[in-house]
Amino acid sequence: MELATGATDIFFYIFSGVGFLFALFGVVLGKNPISCAFSLVLMFFCISADFALLQAHFLAAVQILVYAGAIMVLFVFVIMLLNADTKNLDLGRSKVFQAGAAFLCLGLFAMFVWSIRHGTGSPKDVGLTPEKVLSSGGNLRVISELMFSDYILPFELTSILLLVGIVGSVALAKRKMEHK
Amino acid sequence: MDMFTGIEMAAKVGLIVFVMLQVVPMMVWIERRGSALMQNRRGPNRVGPLGLFQSLADVVKFIFKEDMVPEHCDKFYYILAPAVVLLPAFMTFAVVPFGGDITIAGHVVHLQVADLNVGFLYILSIGSLGVYGIIMAGWSSNNKYSLLGSLRSSAQMISYELSMGLSLVGIVMIYSSFELREIVFRQTYPLMASAPGILAHIPKWGFFVQPVGFIIFLSSVYAETNRLPFDLPEGESEIVAGYHLEFGSMRFALFFMAEYLNMVTASALLTTLYFGGYSFPGLHIAAEAFTPLVARASEIASSLMPFVPTLANPDQWARAILEVAVFSAKVGFFMWLFVWVRWTLPRFRYDQLMDLGWKVFLPLSIANIAVTGVLIYLGVI
Repeated sequence: MELATGATDIFFYIFSGVGFLFALFGVVLGKNPISCAFSLVLMFFCISADFALLQAHFLAAVQILVYAGAIMVLFVFVIMLLNADTKNLDLGRSKVFQAGAAFLCLGLFAMFVWSIRHGTGSPKDVGLTPEKVLSSGGNLRVISELMFSDYILPFELTSILLLVGIVGSVALAKRKMEHK
Repeated sequence: MDMFTGIEMAAKVGLIVFVMLQVVPMMVWIERRGSALMQNRRGPNRVGPLGLFQSLADVVKFIFKEDMVPEHCDKFYYILAPAVVLLPAFMTFAVVPFGGDITIAGHVVHLQVADLNVGFLYILSIGSLGVYGIIMAGWSSNNKYSLLGSLRSSAQMISYELSMGLSLVGIVMIYSSFELREIVFRQTYPLMASAPGILAHIPKWGFFVQPVGFIIFLSSVYAETNRLPFDLPEGESEIVAGYHLEFGSMRFALFFMAEYLNMVTASALLTTLYFGGYSFPGLHIAAEAFTPLVARASEIASSLMPFVPTLANPDQWARAILEVAVFSAKVGFFMWLFVWVRWTLPRFRYDQLMDLGWKVFLPLSIANIAVTGVLIYLGVI
């Protein structure tokens, strides 16, 4: 179901704005760790909605499935298990650290804005228009076909990276168990 | 979006929500009578014929109970939690097709709320959100048992989500689609086209080509819906009632409803992915025989009520009605299976549950993918 272009734009800005508000007031400035985590989940939702509005349905679904459905559940799980509260986190001790982080974030943001406005490289045109994607079997089919043909090397390298991560985490967990 | 699409969407959403809400009290009654049947008891038999109105009486009781929030709870999340559990339970059904296409006033109407390209990835992603409500409930209750229940629940759901997702990969490989309508359509192909006699009419259902995947998916679905033998998050003999211990009146009823709604969606998914969805071999022959009856009923209806037009295509309507009936019957069977298993098997111990999930189902589902790949390469399926 296609919305009119104007409506898509309006929704895009609404979701981006709401996501930004959740990120700022919920996650960064929030005091309660559980509330912070739930705000982050809501922000993922807003990002996913933006993806869906940009016709990237697969990214939207995976964004929710992986980030909101799996990774954040683990975050919340750990927060509850450690029963972390504001006292333990002791946010006040590093004002310098906070200021440094804020400075770096703003710097990164400024760099993004600058590179988008003044960058010379144009995105590689591979001829994928929304109509073409739809006629060749939809978003998912096109992504999977590209992933297993043109982009097989980066795909396999990423999976090796993930495998190394898994082996590493198992090794770390095992070492702790052997010490006991 | 034109006027017709808007009305069509509203009608379909309304129908699904209405039917799902009606299924819950029916299912509660079936569960209580079914358990009584299996245990040689009578079950509820006082309110109405065969105790059919017992659920209605329960609802009235839930609504009129005092609605209170315990003093030691985090009020905001305590009130939010039941809604967060209920919402994904309703949302997941949106992509399940419950019948074929009908042409109404020149528009082709799919009997499915949303035909998404990502198909059952949507179900997996929305379904994985139900755990947040359970976590919220357990954490906001500020009660040891509640917290234990929600910790168990989240650990269990994360563990079984993996094997559930991986067991579906086989289905995607065979039918080469994520769209549920496409998967249902491809399951109508014959399994062995060259087989003699009646054998040639066996459809290519997911169950026949993915038996291992089906067993893994079935068990994982039981773990995801927190039903016995995997109902450790509730575990009334160990942690009282788990995550909904501090909830009373209608708030408790919402958790209860979410469990049954999840069962409906799980049964619908099992039906659609592994048992041919709304299709059935020989359905078109039955539809032909049923068509005159539908046409006659439509004529009578419009002669009694002049504002109702006669159906232009009774053959399509006859087929759609039969398809919805077949779908409902298959879903009903799996709903009964939930009850059957619950009152037959004892509960797992926690370490057994984790061992089963990580050491049996996860390797098995990965092996299933490899074997399926080899079989497709050899051209067997």
